[in-house]
Amino acid sequence: MNRFEWTDAATVHEAISQLNGRAVVKAGGVDLLDRLKEGLEAPQRLVNIRNIRGLDRIEEGKDGLRIGPLVTLARLSEDKLVLERYTALAQAAGRAATPQIRNMATAGGNLLQRPRCWYFRQEEFHCRRKGGERCFALDGENQYHAIFDNQLCAIVHPSALAVPLMAFGARVVLTGSKGAREVELERFFVTPEQDIMRENIIAPDELITEIKVPRLQPATRSFYIKQGEKESFDWPVADVCAVLQTKGNVCLKASIVLGAAAPVPWRASKAEASLAGKVINEQSAREAARLSMEGATPLAQNRYKLAVFEAIVRRAILRQASS
Amino acid sequence: MTEGIRQKAHIEFRLNDEAVEVAFAPHKTLLEVLREDLNLTGTKHGCELGECGTCTVLVDGRAVLSCLVLGLDVEGREVTTVEGMAEEGRLHPLQDTFADLGAAQCGYCTPGFLLVAKELLEANPQPSREEIKEALAGNLCRCTGYIKIYEAVELAAARMRGEEARPAKEIIYGYE
Ligand SMILES: Cc1cc2nc3c(=O)[nH]c(=O)nc-3n(C[C@H](O)[C@H](O)[C@H](O)COP(=O)(O)OP(=O)(O)OC[C@H]3O[C@@H](n4cnc5c(N)ncnc54)[C@H](O)[C@@H]3O)c2cc1C
Ligand code: FES
Ligand code: FES
Repeated sequence: MNRFEWTDAATVHEAISQLNGRAVVKAGGVDLLDRLKEGLEAPQRLVNIRNIRGLDRIEEGKDGLRIGPLVTLARLSEDKLVLERYTALAQAAGRAATPQIRNMATAGGNLLQRPRCWYFRQEEFHCRRKGGERCFALDGENQYHAIFDNQLCAIVHPSALAVPLMAFGARVVLTGSKGAREVELERFFVTPEQDIMRENIIAPDELITEIKVPRLQPATRSFYIKQGEKESFDWPVADVCAVLQTKGNVCLKASIVLGAAAPVPWRASKAEASLAGKVINEQSAREAARLSMEGATPLAQNRYKLAVFEAIVRRAILRQASS
Repeated sequence: MTEGIRQKAHIEFRLNDEAVEVAFAPHKTLLEVLREDLNLTGTKHGCELGECGTCTVLVDGRAVLSCLVLGLDVEGREVTTVEGMAEEGRLHPLQDTFADLGAAQCGYCTPGFLLVAKELLEANPQPSREEIKEALAGNLCRCTGYIKIYEAVELAAARMRGEEARPAKEIIYGYE
């Protein structure tokens, strides 16, 4: 790791005032330390936000759930309110990484972690996302890479929390030197076509200071499924969150987001549309699952993902009918 | 508070129930500070990537990976390493059962397993086999095949609950 200056910020304001030049925010540090050790970047200053008070709350208000950016994955997975009402979010937090990492990793850091593509993570590969000429995954080892929107760069977005949060229609509050703004997660993440060097629109002097999940409609349930390669801890080869609003066994509205599918959390719009107004059963779930893969452009080694996604999308939908 | 690039960081924290002060190069991980600056080599250096769990220590009672924590990060906190598990010259019940049941072979993974198991048993004195597996999922062992480790955690849990538990014969002598 390079030598750096260290700022232990006590307030959001103090942190923001230090975020100039080659400074970078440190929350849990799980992703950042890995990048520093690999020499992917050499910041001049680390601004530690871990000790800022008040950024680690989980609260439910009139307009929904508010999650502080320093809430750890472990806490999200154990929180009673989250488990009961926003089940898929607790499930995603509890299935990510390992117990030790869930104790360290924060919600804000999880949304902002950089891609895990093995070419991106290695200093020797100067890929497009690092300002180079090519995406090495496109004709390289691409079994874990994207099956949608993978023409320029085939990373998959690494955040497990982004999958349910986007399905719930969450927003992030970004606070910077010019004040605060609120952005829907849907517009927060950027595709390679929009900007290949970044995964989201946060500015260098901004912090995520809150994550807001809107109040759920009545009779809305959510379910998250992650499929890894091993039974024990693993990154997902495919994950999905389905949020369904129902009346009896009829689906009024569906929100379905896929993880590990594309460079951004991927909304399965056709699958959502196909479910609206239908009775939830094996047949409608199967049809929605099939539609969720329509338009996929798998690479040489990841066609298997289509069958995996179809299976977990179908199961996530059917779980709501049975719960 | 901002500090410029310094040759040495200087922090105070509690380590295994004692107050310590230590100076180290500011970019060092907690793993390096423990092993190199405090000479506590019980905490092992494995993958350095967060994948093997052998570098696990407890910070404020929660298991974390010392290879992904900066030394600077534990200022004012309470750190427990495997060296702090024995009390008044007596091994922790988990250390006893790991030794008795062959849950440690080469032993490289053992400190990490012991600390995660300690965190588990403090929160949940009677975990099921499934809960034990889940809690230990972030620790790799190349030697034991894990079964002995689960059995050692179960036996220690029973003893810590005050039960007079002995290992089943087949755990020691093998299954028919
Ligand atoms: C072995 C292993 C397995 C893993 N498996 C999974 C998995 O299955 N699913 C998954 O989702 N993740 C997984 N992870 C990744 C892990 O969850 C993330 O690295 C972690 O969530 C990052 O959070 P952090 O608080 O440590 O972030 P940090 O490393 O502190 O920060 C990450 C990035 O976000 C920025 N940042 C952090 N917080 C803020 C904020 N509030 N405002 C502005 N910028 C901020 C930092 O500058 C940095 O660039 C795994 C990691 C490992 C090592
Ligand atoms: S050395 Fe820290 S997890 Fe392997
Ligand atoms: S005892 Fe050798 S790695 Fe576990």
